[in-house]
Amino acid sequence: MSAISEIKKKLKTILPTVQKPGRYFGGEFNQVVKDWEKTPTRMVLVFPDIYDIGVPNLGVTILYETINARQDVLCERSYLPWLDMEKAMRDNDIPLYSLESYHPLNQFDIIGFTLPYETLYTNVLNALDLARIPVRSKNRDSTHPIIIAGGHAAFNPEPMAEFIDAFVIGEGEEVIHEVINCFQSSKANRYSRKLTLETLQTIPGVYIPSFYNITYTSTGTIQAVESISPISPKVITKRIVPILPDPPTQFVVPSIDVVHNRISVEIMRGCTRGCRFCHAGMVNRPVRERPVEQIVSSIEKALKNTGYEEIALLSLSSSDYSHIDELVSTLSDRFAGKNLTVSLPSLRIESFSVGLMEKLKGARQGGFTLAPEAATDRMRNLINKPIQAEQLLETAKAVYSRGWTTLKLYFMIGHPSETVEDVQAIADLCKAVIVEGRKIIGKKASLHAGVSTFVPKPHTPFQWSSLDSIESVLIKQNLLKDQLRGPGMKMTWSNPRETILEAALSRGDRRLADVIEGAWRRGAKFDAWQDQFNFNVWMDAFDYAQLTPEFYTTREREFTEVLPWDHISAGIKRKYLEREYDNAQQGKTTDDCREHCYSCGIIPAFSDLRKTTQVAQWFCPEIV
Amino acid sequence: MQRIRIRYKKGEALQYTGNLDLHKVWERTFRRAQLPLAYSQGFHPQPRMHQACPLPLGFTSNCEILDFWCDSEDSLEKIRAMLEKTVQPGIEILTLSSIPLKNPVLQTVIEASDYLVSLDENTDIQDIDIKIQNLLSSECLVRERRGKPYNLRPLIKFLKLFDSNPPSIEMRLSALPGATGRPEEVLEVLGIPPNTVDIKRTALLFSSIDSELLNQPKV
Repeated sequence: MSAISEIKKKLKTILPTVQKPGRYFGGEFNQVVKDWEKTPTRMVLVFPDIYDIGVPNLGVTILYETINARQDVLCERSYLPWLDMEKAMRDNDIPLYSLESYHPLNQFDIIGFTLPYETLYTNVLNALDLARIPVRSKNRDSTHPIIIAGGHAAFNPEPMAEFIDAFVIGEGEEVIHEVINCFQSSKANRYSRKLTLETLQTIPGVYIPSFYNITYTSTGTIQAVESISPISPKVITKRIVPILPDPPTQFVVPSIDVVHNRISVEIMRGCTRGCRFCHAGMVNRPVRERPVEQIVSSIEKALKNTGYEEIALLSLSSSDYSHIDELVSTLSDRFAGKNLTVSLPSLRIESFSVGLMEKLKGARQGGFTLAPEAATDRMRNLINKPIQAEQLLETAKAVYSRGWTTLKLYFMIGHPSETVEDVQAIADLCKAVIVEGRKIIGKKASLHAGVSTFVPKPHTPFQWSSLDSIESVLIKQNLLKDQLRGPGMKMTWSNPRETILEAALSRGDRRLADVIEGAWRRGAKFDAWQDQFNFNVWMDAFDYAQLTPEFYTTREREFTEVLPWDHISAGIKRKYLEREYDNAQQGKTTDDCREHCYSCGIIPAFSDLRKTTQVAQWFCPEIV
Repeated sequence: MQRIRIRYKKGEALQYTGNLDLHKVWERTFRRAQLPLAYSQGFHPQPRMHQACPLPLGFTSNCEILDFWCDSEDSLEKIRAMLEKTVQPGIEILTLSSIPLKNPVLQTVIEASDYLVSLDENTDIQDIDIKIQNLLSSECLVRERRGKPYNLRPLIKFLKLFDSNPPSIEMRLSALPGATGRPEEVLEVLGIPPNTVDIKRTALLFSSIDSELLNQPKV
């Protein structure tokens, strides 16, 4: 019996016994099933969490659509099974398979993992193991698929360096085709696995970690990153697309409910605000906007293709999109009375935003979300998100008076040099907001404070900063928990132990491979799920690997230290990050760089590409 | 405004799509077809659709029924053609017919469901047959569902083993509100693990067939 019919036969008796079996069945509207035998190159994309979370992922959607547009490649999907299904699969000897054709993952040519955040790492190992592929790159041979990975977390690839054959840094739309072409010619030439990887590394943006050797100093910091072969690039610069291509319109429509059932459209990529904690704001430069007509026509197409009732307009800072007013007016005219919900996250704190949301307000209406992040001027200047308290109060008043009853405010605690007074100010600000809300709509007014903990991220000005200690975070969280309670008030916060893990994995080096594999072998998986996260398992794994999380988390780093990701470039100069770090210490803000260039380095990094596009499309001012 | 009844098959591709999700599947099918569905009034407008009788997860069916209301004046033929292009894999449309707006809602007119259970080839059919006879000769068969005891026996209207290939069981179970028989429950009484068989709904029986309904043209 073939592997596929055996899998199908076993699934028949297993699926009726697991929760939400529709996750493991495929067959959705808009899935692309090609002829396996007649398609020369076979690729599978894996989102390393369950189906419900993976299906709405825009990165996978973009790649699935662009790869499947080629005749010569088939691209299928796979997700991680939830615990009950994993057990059933292991008990019944079922390998991880793709949802389109039910082929075991180890029968594909290329497996592509997306790594949007660090707490998915153990799931990647679990996926490889379920697919019967050795988890370590060095133990694979010509019978195994090439394992590639990309996504935001891949900007520091080192913690996963032992497990991934090739990382693709930056935006995938163009480079994925180069990777596939290169793989095809290597296969045609019957190249060995090693030679195939050597050829892949000639593609700009591709990083093959096994071709680099890392040495360490006596204190455990990095001595040097050396390429083993002379042809390996010293620095791997991320890829970007000079102009955003047409957005995807063939979203897979699942036959079961998933976390977001909607059409997502990126209206703009990149951000010029320069918030110093923000990884996305630093690694997604330069700013590129999509024209209004392109957004509207792709939404129209996607509505027809999917039947979805909800549209999300995505960007890092929607208010900064040059034609936001025109876009919102067009959408509200075009789609009025069609029982559609349009969401527009990441709005600036100003009453203009309330006006925008009001135009989009259909019959269904959720809460209104704003992200002040900090509550004192000192902290706001430090993180470079200067907002006046009065401005927030004015916006809050507008929100409550124009029909919203719930305002959600995002704050971050644990910024460098933050004191208890800075945190007290968050509580005071929230109380002031709810007082205003009650004046306007009485007891119906509610406030939800989402309080996360700052994690210093690679490629940001705070990449040298220390993570706040767990003791300090607990004091600050308790202070807020004591005060942000009572009628109409709600607060959510992050588990400080999860924050420690995220911080260690974010800024870790290659030695963390032993920790990640050790934690996974001890049972760690789904670390992003609060109910599955097991801190003790991770601490055991750190101990066993003779490493400490503190080395990666609470230790402040010097500018002179070689950082584990220094050989990966987001197109941002180290000098710019250092200058911004100093500005933070001095409480100096840096303006929106649409108005004035602060030479972050993105223009020189992509000067050739920039020549191919019109200057205005990047929103970087001319340097005179 | 017109009310349209769709009879359709629910195949394997949708066997793990539950009733609530199936509702969404249909709503999106209509939206893809750009058919102007009628929505309820109020704060959370919902499309006006009714399903006859929920099909348990894992089953397929030859005889599902859905009523929907739409603001289109298009002919049934045209609506059918629009839907054929946008329907989710796993749904096969059988017929469309017009239903008078005031007719009772579907859920209230279904009396019973027929199921065909295909057994494993290696089933000991003599053993099953004895168990069926024992079951049919009993008067009371107390089972528990969601912590509540109930008598399964009166819900079984018909139950018979067929020496087909593979062997199969046909059953007719009551489908009245508050008195719905579930095929898995019957299988458990017979000692057949429900996850080892294929269960297909083959008919939905109406309690009182409206004469208007019989005379409606179908497409």
